[in-house]
Amino acid sequence: MIPPHTLPARIIISGLGGQGVILAGCILGRAAALYERTAATLTRSFGPAARGSACSAQLILDDTLVHYPYVDKPQVLLALSQQAFEQYAPLLVPGGVLIIDEHLVKPPAALSGISLYAVPATRYAEVLGNRQVANSIVVGFFVAVTGLFARASVERALRESVPPGTMGLNLKAFSCGYSHAIKMYGEHHTFSGRFEGKARAVQGNKQFKNA
Amino acid sequence: MCAEPLALLTGVHFMDGNSAVCEGAIAAGCRFAAGYPITPSTEIMERFASRVPRLGGICIQMEDECASIMACIGAVWGGAKAFTATSGPGFSLMMESIGYAAMTETPLVVVNVQRAGPSTGLPTMPAQADMLQARWGSHGDYRVIALCPNSPQECFDLAIKAFNLAETWRVPVLIMMDEVVAHMSERVVIPTLSEIAVVQRRYTQVRPGEYQPYRPAARGVPEMAPVGKGFFMHVTGLTHDAKGYPAMDPETQDALVRRFTAKIDSNADDIIVYEEEEIADAEVVVVAYGITSRAAAAAVEEARALGIPAGLLRLVTAWPFPEKKVRELSGRVKALIMVELNLGQMFLEMDRCAKGGAQSIFLGHAGGSIHRPEAILMAIQKAAQL
Amino acid sequence: MNSHPSDSYLRTDRLPHLWCPGCGIGATMNSFVEAVKLSGISRKSLAVVSGIGCSGRVAGYLKADSFHTTHGRAIPFATGLALANPGLRVAVYSGEGDLVAIGGNHLLHAARRNVNIMVVCINNFTYGMTGGQLAPTTPIGSITATTPYGSTEMPCNLVNLAASAGAVFVARWTVFHVRQLACTMAEALVRRGFSFIEVLSPCPTLHLQRNNLGHGETEMRYFKEYSRVANNTSPVEAGLDRRDRKIIVGTFVKRERAVFFDSPDSVTLVRKKKVKA
Repeated sequence: MIPPHTLPARIIISGLGGQGVILAGCILGRAAALYERTAATLTRSFGPAARGSACSAQLILDDTLVHYPYVDKPQVLLALSQQAFEQYAPLLVPGGVLIIDEHLVKPPAALSGISLYAVPATRYAEVLGNRQVANSIVVGFFVAVTGLFARASVERALRESVPPGTMGLNLKAFSCGYSHAIKMYGEHHTFSGRFEGKARAVQGNKQFKNA
Repeated sequence: MCAEPLALLTGVHFMDGNSAVCEGAIAAGCRFAAGYPITPSTEIMERFASRVPRLGGICIQMEDECASIMACIGAVWGGAKAFTATSGPGFSLMMESIGYAAMTETPLVVVNVQRAGPSTGLPTMPAQADMLQARWGSHGDYRVIALCPNSPQECFDLAIKAFNLAETWRVPVLIMMDEVVAHMSERVVIPTLSEIAVVQRRYTQVRPGEYQPYRPAARGVPEMAPVGKGFFMHVTGLTHDAKGYPAMDPETQDALVRRFTAKIDSNADDIIVYEEEEIADAEVVVVAYGITSRAAAAAVEEARALGIPAGLLRLVTAWPFPEKKVRELSGRVKALIMVELNLGQMFLEMDRCAKGGAQSIFLGHAGGSIHRPEAILMAIQKAAQL
Repeated sequence: MNSHPSDSYLRTDRLPHLWCPGCGIGATMNSFVEAVKLSGISRKSLAVVSGIGCSGRVAGYLKADSFHTTHGRAIPFATGLALANPGLRVAVYSGEGDLVAIGGNHLLHAARRNVNIMVVCINNFTYGMTGGQLAPTTPIGSITATTPYGSTEMPCNLVNLAASAGAVFVARWTVFHVRQLACTMAEALVRRGFSFIEVLSPCPTLHLQRNNLGHGETEMRYFKEYSRVANNTSPVEAGLDRRDRKIIVGTFVKRERAVFFDSPDSVTLVRKKKVKA
């Protein structure tokens, strides 16, 4: 069960069409609605082209029915493109959590009051042999750094959401993202409810050694 | 009668409105759809195309929307339950045949996922600006039933209801969704077989030879006969008598068209569904439907938290319009605020019904996004000070 | 009143019909009744679908389950009817304006899909019901209500259109050839797939009179004198041009092709999927 004190939780996942942004949202929404017994509302916005244009998924988790389905001020932003970062990062609440693909998003030097978590998701996905599983890496990473969801719930939702032939690879990708978070930011990381993650305050455009 | 067991995905799902409305149609026993791809409704046909061949059903992509709706009407007369799904431009093309379905009293379901218009407009963004087209879009006088789901769960529930209403009243039933509800995913519970009431096609008990296809039966609705069983029925879009034969005189025309309107108008209380929130002591009532009703619900909650006696009337049935309810509210509240994604469509109807009572206020825009609850709250606050 | 051998196939309570003296549509309807008798198909299983126009009224006179639909949409209606109820034998009966102008796109796609319907297209070279306007088959130079100085449009060769779109049975007769027409209609009734029969018919009131072509009888003589039976003629070569003084009639196309929703391929496709499900 998602810790009640963290609700309502508002999450934006954003990137480019083809990165699996909507699917990532569906996996988290499914995990919440079906296995975490939380009300979850997922909306999406997309351009006319499915591939390559900006797209985003917005997820609201709450203990009662979600009325207004859009996220104005996210507590968590997963940005998988520079454009997505620039569009949505200014909306993050103070103390909000920013998760980026560190090779695709370069945050500016001054980014105060938010916690930054970076994962080389696309690079890892390439190492795993398929760029398309970058979203599962991000989802695994998200689960570990926020502690909002039980790992098992999301893994189950993932199994039910990805094409059957790719399930093994996607689960591997999920684990990869999850482990990276543990390695970088420590274990038993949980959402405090005020979104004060353990991430180091952003000190500029930092590079991670293990990337 | 119950739904078919195989077809029903009993259980809890995380599903968007387009998927849910498709599952609702399947649960209602619909096994035929003909459609033409159009954003943002396409996923409905795509899902149906993948689901029904395994259930012995048929889903075809036609050459345009004119053909899609007509193939559905043909399938209904062939004995199937049928539906099509479209959006603005396609809905416009279907108008002629909606009139044909009304004239021939064909039980037909049409889903319109509303996007911003006119013309191509904003294909991927929401609007609610086809509401009067739904009511008045085809030429001549007729009645339709229009339902407005505000969640994926309701897309499922109202799809079943739409087929039931179509079979009961023999009118086109329109499911007026919007892009947000269509693409919004939420928990959807699909009940068990015995929990779903499905109205099956009822055929006449009258023998061929004595049967008259357009003789009004109970509540003004004529009985259908099965095709291919020797009834030799004639169905025409021309003005027709009880035998179904063309009758080119003003008396037949008047009696026929008055029956079309009367079968809905005089049974409106049985057809209309709405929801009330915090209405009992409300001084300001927000009237909304579809996705807009959710922003309105958030605003009403906020208003109550601020001590303003606000309430919400949510239209589940847009047509027939809950005239009595609005009149009653108008007699006792200070203001009625219609919130919708158009420049004042259902507002006209609300304003007409509210006449002489509460002040009627319009809050709308031309679509592309939905109202923010704060904007509705401001309107409530302003109205409360009247 | 004496009865007629076809009475039991007609809605006699609707007669007399509305067609003009000298019009050929009634004669084609009689051929159709003969065809139903010849074909041996059960009258109960016959469904007739029409569009709008003079020819569209045929559905209203035949004692079968009959559907008089909207302008141009008879074929999509028939498609839905035939697919939903495969036990029916569905015939579409309408005019060239309805089937080829406003409904032209549906004709192409139903032929391409090889929908199991039979289409009878009465070609009288004009819009009769609305007062003699330009039709897709109006000959070049003809005066119509909307081309008062003569049509400049190239007319459409209907049999070629249907054949190239994929119809598996394509034929043409005139109302002079009532027996041949009945046999061809009967053959089409028992075949599966999309069949298309064009029937040339006089419109004495509008087309003939306006163009000084005489009366219905004159046109029948014209059909008699200039028709050439040439089965298996390539439909491309079967264009109609009054200046040629030649009307090629007969059955032009007979071929077999997978019928829409009969195809074993599509069944296999679903079965394959089923295994996975």
